[in-house]
Amino acid sequence: MITEIGHYVLILALGIAIIQTVLPVLGTRLNDPRLAAVSVPAAQAQFLLICLAFGALTAAYVTSDFSVLNVWQNSHSAKPMLYKISGVWGNHEGSMVLWVLILALFGAAVATFGSNLPRQLQANVLAVQGAIAVAFLLFIIMTSNPFLRLDPAPLDGQGLNPVLQDPALAFHPPFLYAGYVGFSMAFSFAVAALIDGRIDAAWARWVRPWTLAAWMCLTIGIAMGSWWAYYELGWGGFWFWDPVENASFMPWLAGTALLHSALVMEKRDALKVWTILLAIITFSLSLMGTFLVRSGVLTSVHAFAVDPERGVFILGIMAVFVGGAFALFAWRAPLLSQGGLFAPISREGSLVLNNLLLTVACAAVFVGTLYPLALEAVTGEKISVGPPFFNLTFVPLIVPLLIAMPFGPLLAWKRGDLLAVAQRMTVAAIVSLTAIITALALNQQGPWLAPLGIGLGLWLIMGAGTELASRAKLFDASLGESWRRLRNLPRAAFGGALAHAGIGVMVLGLVATTAWRVERIEALSPGGTLDIAGYELTFDGVRESLGPNYKELTGVFQVTRGGSPVTTLEPSKRAFAVEKSATTEAGIYNALGGDLYVVLGDSLQDGAFTVRVYFNPLVRLIWLGALVMFFGGAVSLSDRRLRVGAPKRAKSKPSVAVTAGE
Amino acid sequence: MTRKQRRGVLIGLCLAVLGVAVGLGLFAMRDSIVFFYSPSDIAKMEMAPQQRIRLGGLVEMGSVERDKGTTVRFVVTDGAKTLPVRYTGVLPDLFREGQGVVTEGVFARDGTFRADSVLAKHDENYMPPEVAAKLKEQGVWREGAMVDGKSGGVGVQ
Repeated sequence: MITEIGHYVLILALGIAIIQTVLPVLGTRLNDPRLAAVSVPAAQAQFLLICLAFGALTAAYVTSDFSVLNVWQNSHSAKPMLYKISGVWGNHEGSMVLWVLILALFGAAVATFGSNLPRQLQANVLAVQGAIAVAFLLFIIMTSNPFLRLDPAPLDGQGLNPVLQDPALAFHPPFLYAGYVGFSMAFSFAVAALIDGRIDAAWARWVRPWTLAAWMCLTIGIAMGSWWAYYELGWGGFWFWDPVENASFMPWLAGTALLHSALVMEKRDALKVWTILLAIITFSLSLMGTFLVRSGVLTSVHAFAVDPERGVFILGIMAVFVGGAFALFAWRAPLLSQGGLFAPISREGSLVLNNLLLTVACAAVFVGTLYPLALEAVTGEKISVGPPFFNLTFVPLIVPLLIAMPFGPLLAWKRGDLLAVAQRMTVAAIVSLTAIITALALNQQGPWLAPLGIGLGLWLIMGAGTELASRAKLFDASLGESWRRLRNLPRAAFGGALAHAGIGVMVLGLVATTAWRVERIEALSPGGTLDIAGYELTFDGVRESLGPNYKELTGVFQVTRGGSPVTTLEPSKRAFAVEKSATTEAGIYNALGGDLYVVLGDSLQDGAFTVRVYFNPLVRLIWLGALVMFFGGAVSLSDRRLRVGAPKRAKSKPSVAVTAGE
Repeated sequence: MTRKQRRGVLIGLCLAVLGVAVGLGLFAMRDSIVFFYSPSDIAKMEMAPQQRIRLGGLVEMGSVERDKGTTVRFVVTDGAKTLPVRYTGVLPDLFREGQGVVTEGVFARDGTFRADSVLAKHDENYMPPEVAAKLKEQGVWREGAMVDGKSGGVGVQ
């Protein structure tokens, strides 16, 4: 019964979404504000209905109702409750329902909190959101319906893929989708502005918080996926340049560029056309990510050709929205007025450089991800583009950006003085150079690039500090005066500096763990020992145990350092009977300066096991960096100016909103 | 600086970055595309010593042997030809006899393929696309055995 209600309200939501698309556009065309205003309750109703549908599906999972095909395929009565719930979005159909739920949530937010938006803009934005919802609701109802029944109902389900039964992965998709779908806001605003043929700084002020929120979610979603890969896959790697990863990384790169170009637009009324284009590109890449992951095209172009229904549908959605938006852009963008002038060396100039390098780096990832697919589809030739390609293209493009990054926030708008900025960066430069020289001296056998990378990481962190210090006039004014200035800085300034420092923290982790990781693989009998990075591991043997839905073989390792005990590590292998599959649970000890990472391998004769041990120096800084970036975004989002953001206030008190700071 | 000059600087910068990117891309493409071969393909080709390739196929039933240490030997087959592989290290969870596998490495002088990595994806429905296509081409593809009856996700069904 609940399932049928879920099915019904999903179709009802489709009807509402059609109304939400058509009436506001009609209303703005016919100049009838009452018709246009329908968009607000429609967006709210649509959100409520999809909530109900999602709730119905969740109820089916929680109660293990195996008469629902989707539940039978992806759940099992012996599964822990957390994974019963995360199983809702751990499969194709359910994840698409989550997708539209988040879409509707954003739409409802614009409807509810957007009362200070110009009416026409709000109506158009909601209409575009409605159109996206129509497309994806049709997709769900026609090709991926999660509410189909099975008759007779099987006794038990087939289970969820064991490697997906993990807390980090349970929350990875919602964050990722919130990021993907959040960029639809920037897209809708861009298309609405194109329809209006009008765009101003207030537009950017409206788009920025949404983009920032989406960017934060995507950042944390990608970081979670990487963290999961690190401890769950048992290889100690954190990023594989896998097409699925790239699919989420490309919108992140474009979204980062969008955040920065929207800044120029908001403050200086420049780069308007480019910002609109970037908003369209970012959401297009999100749609492409959805297509890549959901169509089966990554497994094989052939798999896609065999069962093309879903893939072709998403491809159709992409063609309509991306093609439509670009066509609209080509038609209407020339109408948008050109913005303010600036010298190449200026804050605007540095943000242009940021955008240029980010988009080109994004294009490099795009080529590396799609070229093999295109080649196979066209010629049938199969190639694989691996990490070496990305290391050779992406890294050289992003490093100049990182080197230039600390300069940007220190440059003045319109016309900057590079020499003066360079002087302010002296301390940061000295610290970084000292670190490089020290690291080079300590690292005479290791890769020579690594010390430079460490220097770069410190350069970024120090650069962020320099920005705050120079804004507070530290050492130029009295300490009390600096403190007062620091306290009065807008939160967005702290947010930006934090996010930039977060990149530096991440660079430190990436460089250290890539360059100085130690790996040992040995066959150990019970009582055998192994030395790594100053730690001594003693293998005590294995024990077997039963988990809620798996059998577990746990190896016990005593870790000592210089004779004194440090910890006991218990890596294990889990065998899942229902899913006929196995997972590796690494034993990880977070030591000072790095992770000790132990994986239990295959069983050999006489109770011996293959054991793989890594020491990953500073590896946690990678995810700590992502967290700092997320936190920076949150601080910036909490800035009053972003929340208020009201164009009306800007009219009455122009000096407060426009020139108060950066 | 005039407006024209500013625009010139901007366009010049864009072209320079794009040029560098295209150059890097072409250079990386030339160097790093690792082709995937089946044992039948390898039998047909001239192999330079120490040339890195990827070899893929099914792990032959009953062929997995371990010595006392961490070295594993197994045979990769595509139904027509077979090739012995030697690998030192921990095999992925989903490595099994009769299942698809892709290994990367070089040929030793004795004709054994010395793999330094054995690929298995974190989704049991996932198979390196090349393997699935090759196996299908050669008719060794066994739907049920490979996919284990699960749907959803990115399975080859």
